Amino acid sequence: MQPQVTEKKPLLNVKGLKKYFPVKTPLGRTVEHVKAVNDVSFKLFEGETYGLVGESGCGKSTTGRTILGLDNPTEGELLYKDQNILDDPKKSFVKLKKDFQMVFQDPFSSLNPRQRIGSILEEPLIIHNIASKQKRMDMVMEILHKVGLSSDNYYHYPHEFSGGQRQRIGIARALIINPKIIICDEPVSALDVSTQSQIINLMQELQKEYKLTYLFIAHDISVVRHISDRIGVMYLGKIVEEAETEDLISNPSHPYSQALLSAVPLPEPSIKKERIILKGDIPSPLNPPSGCFFHTRCPIAEDICSEKVPVRKEIRPNHFVSCHLVD
Amino acid sequence: MGDHNFLKVENLSTHFKTERGKVTAVEGITFDLREGEILGIVGESGCGKSVTSQSILRLFDEKHLASHGGRILFKGKNLLELSNSEMEDIRGNEISMIFQDPLSSLNPVFTVGQQITEAILLHQKLSRKEAFNQAIEMLKLTGIPAPEKRINEYPHELSGGMRQRVMIAMALACKPSLLIADEPTTALDVTIQAQILELMLDLKKESNMGIIFITHDLGVVAETCTRVAVMYLGQVVEETDIDSLFEKPLHPYTKGLLKSIPKIDGDRNRKLNEVEGTVPSLNNIPKGCRFSTRCKFADEKCRQQMPELESHNDTHKVRCWHYKEILERGDQFATTSN
Repeated sequence: MQPQVTEKKPLLNVKGLKKYFPVKTPLGRTVEHVKAVNDVSFKLFEGETYGLVGESGCGKSTTGRTILGLDNPTEGELLYKDQNILDDPKKSFVKLKKDFQMVFQDPFSSLNPRQRIGSILEEPLIIHNIASKQKRMDMVMEILHKVGLSSDNYYHYPHEFSGGQRQRIGIARALIINPKIIICDEPVSALDVSTQSQIINLMQELQKEYKLTYLFIAHDISVVRHISDRIGVMYLGKIVEEAETEDLISNPSHPYSQALLSAVPLPEPSIKKERIILKGDIPSPLNPPSGCFFHTRCPIAEDICSEKVPVRKEIRPNHFVSCHLVD
Repeated sequence: MGDHNFLKVENLSTHFKTERGKVTAVEGITFDLREGEILGIVGESGCGKSVTSQSILRLFDEKHLASHGGRILFKGKNLLELSNSEMEDIRGNEISMIFQDPLSSLNPVFTVGQQITEAILLHQKLSRKEAFNQAIEMLKLTGIPAPEKRINEYPHELSGGMRQRVMIAMALACKPSLLIADEPTTALDVTIQAQILELMLDLKKESNMGIIFITHDLGVVAETCTRVAVMYLGQVVEETDIDSLFEKPLHPYTKGLLKSIPKIDGDRNRKLNEVEGTVPSLNNIPKGCRFSTRCKFADEKCRQQMPELESHNDTHKVRCWHYKEILERGDQFATTSN
């Protein structure tokens, strides 16, 4: 399971990704920017799962959408197969996009209610011009079985399925054109606990079988920990800490990661843990604080934190933290 | 811990009229709550946990509601027999509720101050000025910074955590003795959730009110509740104190549920336990035990006859034909019974 992070070449290298959304006056003049993703860099290695956690509004979904090209990045590089796929979006990206797919959070709004399951699953094949009509139907049937649905479901409509089954369809749709990287944006957060475990297990089985690489975006840290090999913690558009899963969970070093982990309610009443309760709310990304973005809520902040932006440093092998006060 | 007549729900059932005929959303719900106690009601979506709580406050539109059955005794009065005006005196006064989504439960065109004072003026003989001051007090109590300023703001100007604090302030404005919290932290982030849970526990300590805490998150239950009722498809399948629920669960559904949550300190390479299949629809409730379609222990008896909620010991009740055998022989029972 453990990827050889140091030696392997990354499958996807995200460098300095930024996405600013303009805020406009009614007359269309841009007055300021919402800095949703603010200089995010990380690497995805083949076959691994990279978990991106953070609270709502921290930019984790925008990061995923920007990588997929659903939002155009303001700045940054996406190196895939030694090529910056943002360089020439018109020509190369469509071809490369075949290797990138996404599974969305809400299995109710991400499937067209007027399309049958068969045609939903066939659509990516048509777009990418794969196989003949007969062959495509075979492929759809095969993928239906792979995700635990039956051939009868080919002619059904989305409303006939439960949330968990719809999420299976969403996964099948992403999988059918044989992608390399699947960006999973909160794929289980809309599901009930018992269905959630079915989907997580399915995703892990498929990952092994197809050697998939997942970018797993979620706010539920227990789920992210279960599925990920490495985890990045985001706060206000920046990755504040990144490490291998076990290292991060047992030794969180950034004060925000520490507070985030301590806030997770454990389903074990016998364990009474010390909880770090953060004061206040997440500041607006319109107007992020000076220096370290976290200093307004940080329990250990000092003067330097409001003055200088902390640089990312490696405190242990493969464990990166952006904080002035961590050595 | 207070007297036993605080809240007693006996054999409650709630039926709705639908296009496909009468649907029974909850059936045979029995539990009690003492003062100062926090009872958790857990279950997956559609299990009837919200219907149960809303039945206590009689929040259903009579057009769609066919009927209630059973009794809900609150301080000796049967809430289901009260007239509408008597019920209005209780709602928001003696029994209050906090809802899941604070944005859609606050009125967007009134300031938070107007909304909290409305609740106070409805039930207490105070002047507008006094009510307004009390509203500021309540906001202060919930830990909102600068309450004098916030009170004149509209809901959209507040963050999610702030809005939920306003909801709590409103719910507690008349010092209720029973608070029903329907997924109060589900829409919030974990760090904000931690703040709100801490606030609720502090306020409970001060006022000694009883709380019914409805949630699907077993972690939240473990950290807040003293007793828990687990619901499945409109019935309570297990009821016990918090420690035995997590240490010695008896019902196969509870066990499956507990095993299917990824734990933050669990073995990562272990496959998560799955509860097979999906929850059946309320239009198509299985004959016999309602969990029998998904239970690996189910036999012919389970499929034909419905088990009653029986007492395993003083504090532990379970609705299962075979819980004793399962307790003795564990998973082996599954192979011998089929």
